[in-house]
Amino acid sequence: MTTFLRLTIFGLVTGGIYAVAATGLVVTYTTSGIFNFAHGAIGMLAAFLYWELHVNHGIPTLVSLALVLLVFAPLAGALLERTLIRPLHGAPFATTIVVTVGILAGCLGLAQQIWKPGAPRVVEEFFPAEGFHVAGVFVSWHRAITLLIAAATVVALRHLLHHSRAGITMRAVVDDRDLTSLSGVAPTRPSALSWAIGSSLAALAGILIAPLITLDVVLLTLLVIDAYAAAVVGRLRSLPLTFIGAMILGLAQSHGSYWLPKAFPGDRFPDWLPGFTDSLPVILLFVALLALPEARLRGARAVRAVTGRVPSVRHAAAGALLLTGVAWAGAGFMTGQDVQRVGEGVALGLIGLSLVPLTGFAGQVSLCPFAFAGLGAVAMSKVGGGGSWVGLLVAMAVPAAVGALVALPALRLQGLYLALSTLAFAVLVDYMVFPQASLFRTSITLERPDLFGLSLQSDRAWFVVLAAAYGLAAVFVVWLRRGRLGRRLVAMRDSPVGCAMTGMSLTRTKLVVFALSAAMAGLGGAMLAAMKVSISAKSFTALGGLTVLLIAVIGGIETASGPLLGGLALAGMTILAQEAPALGWVPAVGPAVAAIVLARQRDGVAAVLGGLARNVVGRRRGRAPTTPDPLTALDGSWPVGQALEPARVRALDGLFGIDDGLCAAESAR
Amino acid sequence: MTTTGGPAGRDAGPAPVLSVSGVQVTFGGLHALDGVDLEVHAGRVTGLIGPNGAGKTTLFNVICGLQPATQGRVLLDGRDITRLAPYRRVRAGIGRTFQRIEVFGSLSVRDNVLLAAETRQQWSPDPVDPRRVTDGVLDRVGLAAVADAPVASLSTGTTRLVEVARALAGVPRLLLLDEPSSGLDDAESAPFAGLLRSLAHDDGLAVLIVEHDMPLVMGVCEWIFVLDLGRLIAQGPPAAIQDDARVRDAYLGTRA
Repeated sequence: MTTFLRLTIFGLVTGGIYAVAATGLVVTYTTSGIFNFAHGAIGMLAAFLYWELHVNHGIPTLVSLALVLLVFAPLAGALLERTLIRPLHGAPFATTIVVTVGILAGCLGLAQQIWKPGAPRVVEEFFPAEGFHVAGVFVSWHRAITLLIAAATVVALRHLLHHSRAGITMRAVVDDRDLTSLSGVAPTRPSALSWAIGSSLAALAGILIAPLITLDVVLLTLLVIDAYAAAVVGRLRSLPLTFIGAMILGLAQSHGSYWLPKAFPGDRFPDWLPGFTDSLPVILLFVALLALPEARLRGARAVRAVTGRVPSVRHAAAGALLLTGVAWAGAGFMTGQDVQRVGEGVALGLIGLSLVPLTGFAGQVSLCPFAFAGLGAVAMSKVGGGGSWVGLLVAMAVPAAVGALVALPALRLQGLYLALSTLAFAVLVDYMVFPQASLFRTSITLERPDLFGLSLQSDRAWFVVLAAAYGLAAVFVVWLRRGRLGRRLVAMRDSPVGCAMTGMSLTRTKLVVFALSAAMAGLGGAMLAAMKVSISAKSFTALGGLTVLLIAVIGGIETASGPLLGGLALAGMTILAQEAPALGWVPAVGPAVAAIVLARQRDGVAAVLGGLARNVVGRRRGRAPTTPDPLTALDGSWPVGQALEPARVRALDGLFGIDDGLCAAESAR
Repeated sequence: MTTTGGPAGRDAGPAPVLSVSGVQVTFGGLHALDGVDLEVHAGRVTGLIGPNGAGKTTLFNVICGLQPATQGRVLLDGRDITRLAPYRRVRAGIGRTFQRIEVFGSLSVRDNVLLAAETRQQWSPDPVDPRRVTDGVLDRVGLAAVADAPVASLSTGTTRLVEVARALAGVPRLLLLDEPSSGLDDAESAPFAGLLRSLAHDDGLAVLIVEHDMPLVMGVCEWIFVLDLGRLIAQGPPAAIQDDARVRDAYLGTRA
C-alpha cells in the first residue's frame, strides 16, 4: 500500500511537470498557430542556465529563478516570435516545421558547445532533503511544490485565456487573424505574449525536472517531447484535457516502471522492457492520435507556383554520371579521414533525399528519417553480415513496411500530426528498438558487398559506390517527379481539396509516398552504416535525425541535388571544425542557422546555384539572364467589381490581377 | 408560376441525377442551411442563386462531402451518398469547381487535367487513355492554346476554366460549378455559356451552377433554385424567377 501511494505521488509530480510543459505548448500553438518543436529545447537551455547561475556562480535560488523564468525565457520566446515566427504567417506548413525544428537543433548544438557533455552537473531540489510524511510516505518539499505549481499554472492559464482581455484577444487571433486586426487589435502582440509565456513555462518545467533526473542535454529535451502526448490528448486546444493527459502520463510511467518488471518472474524480463516504460508517453501519443477525428480537407493557400524548374531525366542521368566520375577522380586526392567524412556527408544526403518526394513534393514532414535509416542498417546487417546486395533490398523493404504501418494512424489527420507521430516514432525506436541486445550488442560491423568480382572493400571504393547510389536515387526522384505519382504528390501539396475532387484518395497517396520515403531512407542508412563500418545503438538517434531534415532544406528540399549539397556542406563544416577546434560550433549550430535562413527558399542553395549557372550560361550564349517577367504596366481606368467609378489599375501580372467581380471575393478571406 | 415546397423540378420526366432532401447545416446556433430540398436532372443546366451568405457554397460542400450535414440526405442516381468521403463521391459521378479556386499552381494546365484523367483511370472500369481524354477536354473548354503554360501564369478567368476542364476529365454525371464566370470578360462569357449548354444537351450532364452573373444565369439555365438565409424560397423557370416578388425582396433587402 505504501509503495502504491509512493508511486502515485511520484507519478502525480512527474505528471505535474508534464502539465506545465504541455500547457505552455498549447498556449503558444493556439495563439500563434505554429507548433513549437523547440519547446523542449528551450526548457533544456533554461535548466542549464539555472545550473550555471545557481550552482556554478552561487547566485541565490530566488534570484536565479527570477533571472531565468522572468527575464531570459520570456525574452527568448518573444525574440524568437518576433524574428523567426512572425514572418511565417501564411507560409507553407512544411516551412513552419522546418523553422521550429531548426530552432530545436540550434539550441541543442548551442547547449552542447557551452556545456560540454560528460561533466557531472547536479541541480539540487528546492529545500533539499526536507519534506513531510503522508501516510508513511516521505514527500520532499520539491515534489510538493512542483505539484502545486502545476495546478496553479493550469488554473492561471485558463483564467488568462478565458477571463482576461489579453487572453480573449489571443483566442480571437487564432480564430481569425485578419478579422481580429480589423477590430483594431495588432494580431502580433498576443502572439509575442504567448511565446513569452510558453517559453517561461518550458523553462519552469525544465528547472523542476532537472533535480529528479540528470542534467543532460538530450534527456531534458526529450522529456519535454514527452509532453507532446499530453498536449495531443488535449487536442492542442483544451487546457483541462491537457492537464488530465499529463497526469495519466505521469501515473502510467511511475506505476509502469515499477509493476511491469514484476510481471516477469525472477527478473528475467525481456530487454525491450526498460525502453517500453520510457516510451510510454509516445505510445500514449499514438493512442491519442487514433482517437482524433479526421481532419477537414484544406484548400489551397494560393494559386501560386512553388516549384522551380524540374530537370529532364536525361539531364539528371548526366548529372549522376558526372557525380560518380568526380567522386572516383576526387577520392584519390583526399586523405583517408576526409574520404570517411565526405562519404558520410553523401550518405546523409542520400537519407535526406528520401525527404524530397515526401516533404519537397508532397508537403508532408517526417522527422524520423534516422529511424528508418537505422532499421535499414540493422536489416542489412542481418542478411549475410551485410556483405550481400540482397541485404540492401531488405534494407529498403523493412523500413517501407514499418513506415506504412506506423504512418497509418496519422495519415488521415493534418500534416502536423503526421510530423508529431514521426517524431514520436523516432523516439520510440531510439528508446525501445535500437537498445535491444539482439539488434546491437554494443556495435555491429557491416561487411561491404563486392560487385562482379570487383572488390569494394576499401573506403575509397565504397565512397564511389555511395556517390553512384546517390546519382541513381536522384535520377529516380526526377523520374518520379515527372511521372504520374510526382504529379499527384505536387497536386496534394498545392490543393488537397482539389485532389479529392479528382477522386484521389489522399490517404492512399500519402501512404505510398511515406513508404517510398522510408525505403529510400533505409537504403541510405544501410549505405551509411557500410561507410562507417561499425555502428551502435546511438548511431541513429531521434534528435540526430533532425540534421537530415536540416541539410535537405539547406540544399533544397524540392531538388534531387539539394540534399547532396547539404550533406557536403555538413561534411565541410565537420572537416573545418577538425582542422580548427575553435570553430567547433560551426557544425553544431551551422546547419540549424542555415536551414532557418533558407526555410522559405524551397529550392535551397541548389536553386540559388542553378539560377547563377543559368545566368552565366545564358550570358555566354548571348541571352539575357533569366529574370521574372515584369508587371505589365497599364495606365487607364478599368471597371472593378460593381464599383460605380472605374478603378485605376496600374499593373497586372499572373499573380495579382484585378478582375471583374473578384476583388471582394478574394480579399474576404 | 413558381412552386415552392413541392417536389422539385417535377416537370422533368426521368429520375433526378441529384436529389437533396431535408439538408440542414448548423454552425453553432446559426442555420447555414435549413431543410433544403433540391433536385437536379440530366440534360439541363440548373441554376442556384441567392444573395451573399444564402448558403449556396455550403450546399455545394454538403453535396460533395466537404461539409457534413447536421440532417438530411444526398442521393446521386438514387444511391445514398450522404456518408461517403469526398473522393468517393467524385468516383460516384460528381465533378466540382470552387469559388475560391483550387487548382494545382505548380503544374501546367495540361498536367492539372491529366492528373484527373489518370486518377479516373485507376477507379473507373472504362478503358481510357488519359492523354487522349486530356487533349479532348482541353479542346472542348478552349484551353489547348495555353496547355503547357503553368497555371499560376494565367488570368483568374482562365484559371477557372482549368478547374472546369479538370472536373470534366473525371467524366462526371453531375457537374457543380461555383461562380465559374467570375473573372471571365464579356468576350469569354458567351462561349462559356455555349459550353454549358452543350455539356447539358449534347453530353447529357446534369449541371448545377451557382452564379451572380444574372444575364448568364437567365440565359443558360432551364430551372432555377433560389436560396436565402439557408432556406429555399423559390424555384422555377427563369422567367418566373425574374418576376417572383420574394426573390426581388431577398435581393433588394426589402423583406419585412
